[in-house]
Amino acid sequence: MGKEVIELKKIATQVRRDILRMVHAAQSGHPGGPLGCADLFAALYFKVLKHNPKRFSMDGEGEDLFFLSNGHLSAGWYSVLARTGYFDKRELSTFRKIDTRLQGHPATEEGLPGVRVASGSLGQGLSVACGAALAKRLNNDPHLVYCLMGDGEQQEGQVWEAAMFAAGRQIDNLIGMIDYNGQQIDGAVDDVMPLGNLQAKWASFGWKVLDMDGNNMEDVLKTLDKAKSLCGNKQPVVILVHTEMGYGVDFMMGTHEWHGKPPNDEQFERAMDNFEETLGDY
Amino acid sequence: MKEYTFEEKKDTRSGFGLGLLDVARTNPDVVGLCADLTGSLNMVAFQKEFPDRFFQVGIAEANMMGIAAGLTIGGKIPYTGTFANFSTGRVYDQIRQSIAYSKKNVKICASHAGITLGEDGATHQMLEDIGMMRMLPNMTVISPCDHNQTRAAAVAIAEYQGPVYLRFGRPKVPNFTDPGEPFRIGEAVVLNEGTDVSIFATGHLVWEALEAGKALFKDGIRAEIINIHTIKPLDVKTVLQSVEKTGCAVSAEEHQVHGGLGDAISQVLARYRPTPMELVAVNDRFGESGKPAELMEKYGLSARAIVEKVMQVLQRK
Repeated sequence: MGKEVIELKKIATQVRRDILRMVHAAQSGHPGGPLGCADLFAALYFKVLKHNPKRFSMDGEGEDLFFLSNGHLSAGWYSVLARTGYFDKRELSTFRKIDTRLQGHPATEEGLPGVRVASGSLGQGLSVACGAALAKRLNNDPHLVYCLMGDGEQQEGQVWEAAMFAAGRQIDNLIGMIDYNGQQIDGAVDDVMPLGNLQAKWASFGWKVLDMDGNNMEDVLKTLDKAKSLCGNKQPVVILVHTEMGYGVDFMMGTHEWHGKPPNDEQFERAMDNFEETLGDY
Repeated sequence: MKEYTFEEKKDTRSGFGLGLLDVARTNPDVVGLCADLTGSLNMVAFQKEFPDRFFQVGIAEANMMGIAAGLTIGGKIPYTGTFANFSTGRVYDQIRQSIAYSKKNVKICASHAGITLGEDGATHQMLEDIGMMRMLPNMTVISPCDHNQTRAAAVAIAEYQGPVYLRFGRPKVPNFTDPGEPFRIGEAVVLNEGTDVSIFATGHLVWEALEAGKALFKDGIRAEIINIHTIKPLDVKTVLQSVEKTGCAVSAEEHQVHGGLGDAISQVLARYRPTPMELVAVNDRFGESGKPAELMEKYGLSARAIVEKVMQVLQRK
């Protein structure tokens, strides 16, 4: 295993500690999804994205842009935003508390650096990402736009409006990612509303579709590299990011129970035993 | 009393199309989006002149609002075009989260507003849009009265930083405002001064208010006619100055009685200067098919209806 992969895995471990500590301290929030996507968040923010954390600008000119359409994964996103330098990591302790910039779902209203649009009401992020990608095209800015969605979110019609548009307009500076953990609030996605053949659906809409093991850092990096190399070919790219909700916490995996529930004190202690403090807690 | 005249009737939507072209020629950041209604919105000329700055999104209004929000992130000033009901009710959550809450510089341009959409019937006759839009924090709501003013408003909103809802309509109506008059967001226009009653009108009802003012004048009643082209932020100062003088008010709008201009004015009066007031608006019911003029008459949105309300409110002074 390369040194870079080892470093990124350490970061992802710390991100998972952050997520648990934030959600536990707030006694509210969504631990399951961001725990599953911690590896992806770490890879994107510490390796893949070309971005300027210290000089955040809303227009993001000359940078890659990331949109979190499934805004309930905020705890994981805030962790990597803080740890790459968008804001002081101590601010993570304010998550979901009164007067915080770290709203339950991401928002621009309080001016949190790194966030460019509010999200939380599902299905909207890919449309916004399409618009941002079009603006980059108009501005002759060669950087890329990334958008993470949930798999349950694929039940929203607007996702498919955006999918049709991006392919029809040959938006090829856009990488969609779907957290394919198979769980949503009410249970398994296939029980709540089956997605059918998600791979075939996106392919039939005209997207290049890749699969990724989202909890294997080597595969995360390899697939993101592949996705980038496919950009610029008059076709948008989407990655089915296979993850496990609650990844790394033995009793949170394999169930939808921890989609939107904070651990109590005892559960929190047990959960934290799974993760070494690699970068120093906030 | 100033007499207003017009050379011809023109639709407000064609004013929008010309205004969009005006502003696009001077401001390269202006881009246009449309959901399969370029002809109806008079956006064809823009599309032809600026093909790279025009985005046809198909019949997918929710997606259009999101794309518009995204375009602002790259510094663009997107004008979205579709009918008023597809510009508001259909996409309320997209506007709320991705545009209003996120303070995105999107100009939501809504044609065929109100009952004068006519024959297509109630499914398309949006009469709740002013209410929905003025409830949203960060949203500016503009409802110009004729072709010339709509053209000027379409230009002015590009200079304003923030989300705007621009409401206009389908039928040809008297085009009486000065084409050279600049549009000032948030500044009501006193069209006629008077001492007996204040008539606050918006959109197509402004001309009806002028007609009502003429009829009242013959009966010795001096009506102050005010064009409220910006419903939010409301020109509170002008409203209060007028009722201070007249002591009673009538509002007139092509909208439901709930949530629109009448609500906005009466809230100001209740808080700062309780004043007898009557409302000319659609009385909590859906519209129906018919010719615009017939519908305006049937639903009580005419000069005659304004005169009746004025007579009622004068009794309450």
